[in-house]
Amino acid sequence: MKFLQALKEAIASLSANKTRSLLTVLGIVIGVGAVIGVLSIGQGAEASIIGQIESIGTNVIYVYRGNSAKNVTNPRRLTLTDADALSNRVRAPHILNVASVLFGQTSVRFGDESTQTSIMGVAENYAEVTDLDLSEGSFFTESNVTSRSSVVVIGPELAERLTGRRTGIIGTTVHINNYPFRVVGITTAKGGSQFSNPDLDVYIPITTMQMRVQRQSDTNAVDFLLIQAQDSQSIDLAIQEAKSILRTTHRLTSRQPDDFTLTNQEDILSIANSITKVLTIFLAGIAAISLLVGGIGIMNIMLVSVTERTREIGLRKALGARKFDIQLQFLTESAMLSVFGGLIGIGLGWLLGKIVGLIAANSGTPLIPEISLKSVLLATLFSLAVGLFFGWYPALRAANLEPVVALRYE
Amino acid sequence: MELSPQAAKPVIDVRGLTKDYYLGEIVVPALRGIDLQIFPGEMVAIMGPSGSGKSTLMNMIGCLDSPTSGEYYLDSLLVSDLHDDDLAVVRNQKIGFVFQKYNLLPRIDAIENVALPLRYSKNTDNMRQRAEAALQAVGLGDRMRHKPNELSGGQQQRVAIARALVNEPAILLADEPTGNLDSQSGREIMELLLKLNQQQNTTIVLVTHDPTVAANAERIVQLFDGLVKSPEAIS
Repeated sequence: MKFLQALKEAIASLSANKTRSLLTVLGIVIGVGAVIGVLSIGQGAEASIIGQIESIGTNVIYVYRGNSAKNVTNPRRLTLTDADALSNRVRAPHILNVASVLFGQTSVRFGDESTQTSIMGVAENYAEVTDLDLSEGSFFTESNVTSRSSVVVIGPELAERLTGRRTGIIGTTVHINNYPFRVVGITTAKGGSQFSNPDLDVYIPITTMQMRVQRQSDTNAVDFLLIQAQDSQSIDLAIQEAKSILRTTHRLTSRQPDDFTLTNQEDILSIANSITKVLTIFLAGIAAISLLVGGIGIMNIMLVSVTERTREIGLRKALGARKFDIQLQFLTESAMLSVFGGLIGIGLGWLLGKIVGLIAANSGTPLIPEISLKSVLLATLFSLAVGLFFGWYPALRAANLEPVVALRYE
Repeated sequence: MELSPQAAKPVIDVRGLTKDYYLGEIVVPALRGIDLQIFPGEMVAIMGPSGSGKSTLMNMIGCLDSPTSGEYYLDSLLVSDLHDDDLAVVRNQKIGFVFQKYNLLPRIDAIENVALPLRYSKNTDNMRQRAEAALQAVGLGDRMRHKPNELSGGQQQRVAIARALVNEPAILLADEPTGNLDSQSGREIMELLLKLNQQQNTTIVLVTHDPTVAANAERIVQLFDGLVKSPEAIS
């Protein structure tokens, strides 16, 4: 009852100075808005990155050359021989499939339209290993690979950039590295970031890539291997098998470290996760500084208000208000100010997230900002705490005013 | 069974009250040993030139300040030793203040202003009805929803008197209640105070420097240099 009364009086007194109250809470609004916005964008980014990584397939192991943890001089290139050795069912019972990948950048041209993009030379089993779905047409076949056919599977966004359409272009000819290629398939849109967008990728048979794009003397070399484990439970076993096979094919003695690296998706996921988390916390921390500034603003205005209302405080004390009553009254006001600011800030943060989400969607990056109940609750409680913390001193000053002095104040 | 005032227990009993103010190292004695008894139902005026200590005495009687030495019994309760929060309760329950400048809160209407002391008291039942009754008693039954700036000075002072009475205090302490009013309104306020004193037996302590106001009182206490000057009874 007493608290309800304090609440009512706080509303009355704050709305008596509307402009001032609004300006005072602006700091909190911006602070909470920034924190909520950053958190929601961070969560959206995390979800989007995880989604992308997971879209590759859950039981895939990446093999690439070199070893960043150990100092390896002259690491051997990965080869098709390695891939063959890994595909040995007897030596590697937990490996289901191995896809060799040649990776490069190239220009793709259709009519007058030309664009630079990443190209992958892969065998027919790539689609299966990486769960690559086609929206149209089909992936190239084993005979395409052995006969070094000039066929290509392209991403939908690339298709749109080149031809203006995402469908109905099977059988069209595009030029890669100035060689004509027949489009046999379009991949299903997955979405991606500015840096790696699978919808812009180009896939051609690995043999064709060797001949038409890379023109290497060493036709055995590949850029990386993708190993598909039997299932997600056997990933660790598959990694062990792959490791021992690769050490044999690379003729490493027991004292030499691995000259290759095996990572699975869990590792990549956890790295990506921790990067986005650290970034989010860092940005939210910076945003939280403005909350501090907002709190100081509230303290400032509350001190002004205590001075302005010295006579009122004196009168209330003369009429029987105890220290606690006065303190409660001013604390309620500062807490209400900052919670009010916090609520507007949550709205602002939500808006910020929405806008960033819209911009991201327009630039082809699917990022859906998420505002969790947890962060809303946290923001509300935090702004309440800011109000109480920064209102404490002004309220105490009001409560400790001598009634005689306060009543005489002009 | 009406007792003569002197036969009853005094509602205000001040004995040897002193108050010193400190201006740095210098001690300024404002009250130098006041003895004063005021009995229930009395209307007493405290007069004196400025610097005589009458404001200080009023603050002591109103429990707004603590004396340096001496004892003060209010309604048989020794209040001179009480601490801040206990004094707040005493002010709330035993004393009704009427100030020269009314001291109404401008944001809230008359009835809420009158109800303010009730909000700080333990007994918060029927606040509205009690505040309404107090406003009707001062003749403002038709102005309850008006804010202070919609009322004349005399009306504002009436609201202040209603506020002072709403908790049924032991004494009503009026500090220059007519000081801010024109003579007509001032007379009306004095008539109201007299009526309350005569009809409801309210004990009233008037602090004033205006002899025509003081003339309404049964008894005038003259202060001079922090001491009670003349024999108490005048009228």
